[in-house]
Amino acid sequence: MGMADPNRQGKTRLAKYYVPLEDSEKHKVEYEVHRLVVNRDPKFTNFVEFRTHKIIYRRYAGLFFSLCVDITDNELAYLECIHLFVEILDHFFSNVCELDLVFNFHKVYLILDEFILAGELQETSKKAIIERMGELEKQDELENILLLQASHIFAMPRAEKAVFSASRFKGSLLGKKIQ
Amino acid sequence: MNPFSSGTRLRDMIRAVRACKTAAEERAVIRKECAAIRAAVSENDQDYRHRNLAKLMFIHMLGYPTHFGQMECLKLIAAAGFPEKRIGYLGLMLLLDERQEVLMLVTNSLKQDLNHSNQYIVGLALCALGNICSAEMARDLAPEVERLLQFRDPNIRKKAALCSIRIIKKVPDLAENFINAAASLLKEKHHGALITGVQLCTDLCRVSEEALEYFRKKCTESMVKLLKEVVNSPYMPEYDIAGIADPFLHIRLLRFLRVLGQGDADASDLMNDILAQVATKSESNKNAGNAILYECVETIMSIEDNSGLRVLAINILGRFLSNRDNNIRYVALNMLMKAITVEGQAVQRHRATILECVKDNDASIRKRALELVYLLVNETNVMPLVKELIEFLEVSDQDFKGDLTAKICSIVEKFSPEKIWYIDQMLKVLSEAGNFVKDEVWHALIVVISNASDLHGYTVRSLYRVFQTSSEQESLVRVAVWCIGEYGEMLVNNVGMLDIEDPITVTGSDAVDIIEIAIKRHSSDLTTRAMCLIALLKLSGRFPSCSQRIREIIVQNKGSFLLELQQRSIEFSSIIEQHQNIRSTLVERMPVLDEATYSGKRAGSLSATGPTSNAASLNLPNGVAKPSAAPLVDLLDLSSDDVPAPSSSGGDFLQDLLGVDLSPAASLSGTGQAPKSGTDVLLDLLSIGSPPAQSSTSTADILSPSQDNTSVSSFQRISSPPSLSAQGSSPAQAAPMMDLLDGFSSSSPVAAEDNGLTYPSIVAFESSSLRINFDFSKAPGNPQTTLIQAKFSNLSPNVYTDFLFQAAVPKFLQLHLDPASGNTLPASVNGSIMQSLRVTNNQHGKKPLVMRIRIAYKVNGKDTLEEGQINNFPPDL
Repeated sequence: MGMADPNRQGKTRLAKYYVPLEDSEKHKVEYEVHRLVVNRDPKFTNFVEFRTHKIIYRRYAGLFFSLCVDITDNELAYLECIHLFVEILDHFFSNVCELDLVFNFHKVYLILDEFILAGELQETSKKAIIERMGELEKQDELENILLLQASHIFAMPRAEKAVFSASRFKGSLLGKKIQ
Repeated sequence: MNPFSSGTRLRDMIRAVRACKTAAEERAVIRKECAAIRAAVSENDQDYRHRNLAKLMFIHMLGYPTHFGQMECLKLIAAAGFPEKRIGYLGLMLLLDERQEVLMLVTNSLKQDLNHSNQYIVGLALCALGNICSAEMARDLAPEVERLLQFRDPNIRKKAALCSIRIIKKVPDLAENFINAAASLLKEKHHGALITGVQLCTDLCRVSEEALEYFRKKCTESMVKLLKEVVNSPYMPEYDIAGIADPFLHIRLLRFLRVLGQGDADASDLMNDILAQVATKSESNKNAGNAILYECVETIMSIEDNSGLRVLAINILGRFLSNRDNNIRYVALNMLMKAITVEGQAVQRHRATILECVKDNDASIRKRALELVYLLVNETNVMPLVKELIEFLEVSDQDFKGDLTAKICSIVEKFSPEKIWYIDQMLKVLSEAGNFVKDEVWHALIVVISNASDLHGYTVRSLYRVFQTSSEQESLVRVAVWCIGEYGEMLVNNVGMLDIEDPITVTGSDAVDIIEIAIKRHSSDLTTRAMCLIALLKLSGRFPSCSQRIREIIVQNKGSFLLELQQRSIEFSSIIEQHQNIRSTLVERMPVLDEATYSGKRAGSLSATGPTSNAASLNLPNGVAKPSAAPLVDLLDLSSDDVPAPSSSGGDFLQDLLGVDLSPAASLSGTGQAPKSGTDVLLDLLSIGSPPAQSSTSTADILSPSQDNTSVSSFQRISSPPSLSAQGSSPAQAAPMMDLLDGFSSSSPVAAEDNGLTYPSIVAFESSSLRINFDFSKAPGNPQTTLIQAKFSNLSPNVYTDFLFQAAVPKFLQLHLDPASGNTLPASVNGSIMQSLRVTNNQHGKKPLVMRIRIAYKVNGKDTLEEGQINNFPPDL
């Protein structure tokens, strides 16, 4: 099982594999999945058979969230799973857009690792994951403060991010208004 | 310093990459970054290591090689701080996988981190282990993970549970170590820990019999109770999705119950009530509710039999089928497909709804529904189902027609209650989607038609009607052409009229019209045209009045670039023109094709071992792609069970096709000294009679794929008929056979046919500049009179003008000369003058013919005279 979020142009923003694959094979899979999914009529089912597995996908603005699962898995449940993940992202980045995922890819991985582990669902509570992310960020910050004290170097203000994403922003994934 | 919150270089790099307009620019940016990172790596830079690795991960996502960063991951993991470890483990999961040797080095770090005092670091290590654990690591680290299943923080417990799943999948022997800890997770109040615990128990049951027995005995009841609590739980905002409290937990529990109930009646009994409750009470307006229902149905269908529940489950699927959401209908079809084996009758009740789904707009739903319909068909419902499917065929998308046609054909073949129905349905399919029908299918149809002797007339008339409207469907055209060729007279005479038929009036010429349309269709391929030629030949025997017109149509293919057509055209026009006497035998109806042999062959050819099926995919030697030849061979092969297997080369199938029995033809040949030229001509004409050895070599060559070989074998093949006749008969007889084969000379032994006697042609006179050939025939009932057809050929490079032939005979003969066909003889055998002579022998049977001749002509205005005596007339003239 793997998870890939290619955008409409086929650029993969995030890909996670829970089975070992060669890098070349990974790129091939991402390309093929993108081709399969992007050309489908939006009215069609969100499921496509792919090799010996099936792809469950869902489109949010210009991004496709695709899960590759076993043929016997419950498609509807995974569809719900994708939505939950996007809601978590939306909550975390407060009104998430594609650029948030690009610039903070490592955080997205962190969220994904709190949501799915070893290919299995780990936590179904949005609140729990957001809280956990807060704790993890605090761990990062904690070190950061220690570092600051040690070196007296101050970083650029975090406000830059908000300005940046608002100006270059393509559209929010869940279609909410940009504040 | 922290590279991410500080917004320095990782962010700058991403921005630089995004600003690139071309791939080349992007490569340049990446190259620069990689060079800097390499430099930092070799300097063993500490401060920026995690920032560099983060950049490498981004570069990796873009698809560039980043192997040089692997060791950096290990260094970061070994570092003390959380941010370093976080990036280190993330890099480990992204840049490496369980197959890399480097991973061996990380086991020790993992072990330390699993025992770390900071629970967040323990969490990182568990996460990495769960995602990349190899069998070796599983063995080494299983005790740590097992211990962490009882960790105080549920966040760690749930991670450890999922990690355990990975471990027992890698090393199933370790399963029993986890059973107790896993069972205690089932009592969790924390949803995350509970859901992972249920998942762990499910997977334990899958890998270990012992675990399954344990959980079945100890946990079935508590799981049923737990599911009941979850189903009836009050509103929980944290886990609520569409008004349902944690649908994911529902689903995990239902799946666990499925594993426990499968193959165990007692456990199944325990869960009946709750399953019924879930099945009836779950909300079906939203996806989440349907996901639960779907899981519940699967559990009901998998556990031990309770027919009440199963009917309930099938009805849920029936409701799904009429849902407007495509996803729901898709999963319903999927599940019905599994259900059909256990609960066929219940599924049958939803046939009408399923059939509607075949007509859906969504391709994946159509495909599923069609597969399901295919499984639903049986003897009792085949007729209405096929009727519906064929009606749908008329309006379906082009890209779905292929699948649909194949399925309909397969259903019709499998369940057809009677032949007339089979033929009717197949004709409908052929007329709607003949271009999608596979060769085997129409071959089988022809076999069936051939066997249904009472339906020949009906079939050929139906085909005639259908052809008028659907002449663009290739395989329909082929079947129609074949049947009209075989049963043309039934079409015209309305033989074997059935009550259900409307009488039609068709003349022989109408039948020929059909074939003419077919052969002239722009889209007709080689097979169709070749079949048309044969049909025409057959019709020329059925409708003698049309034979002139038929010949004209056939002759039009004389110049075809396709050797096969050219050859057939020339050969068949010769048969029509010059071999009236054998034609009727030649074009007799094919013997009934043996169904058993055909189906056997079909099965055999599926395994692709037979030479015939191999030939199908190869080009035949004349450079013309003839994938169609082999099916023909296949089809035609059937008529002759006595023909040895290797002889399925091009020549033989003609023989088979025509159903020729050679013995009557042989008896036609001349008596006494007259050689059996009739037979030989026929042999030649049909390219048969080749010794088996030769035929098998040519087959072998045809089969050989190499280009060189093919060209060689094409020579062999083309040259084989003349060389055969040279072997088989005296040189003197070879000439007329060549004549016949080249098809251009009209001086072939026409007259011989009238009384069946044939005389060899002779070269009456030959000089360096001139050759005269004589062909002989007898007027019927008058043995004394011989008709001689003289043919004059100019062997010199100059044109002869004022050409005049004179002859003188002894007194016992009377000679009459008809006017010559011309008096100018083109140079270099580039044409000829024909002249008829009639000689009456008053002493017939006692003295042979003898003749003196004189030929006068002008070459370049100069008079030339040649004289000679002809003594080599055949005896008995």
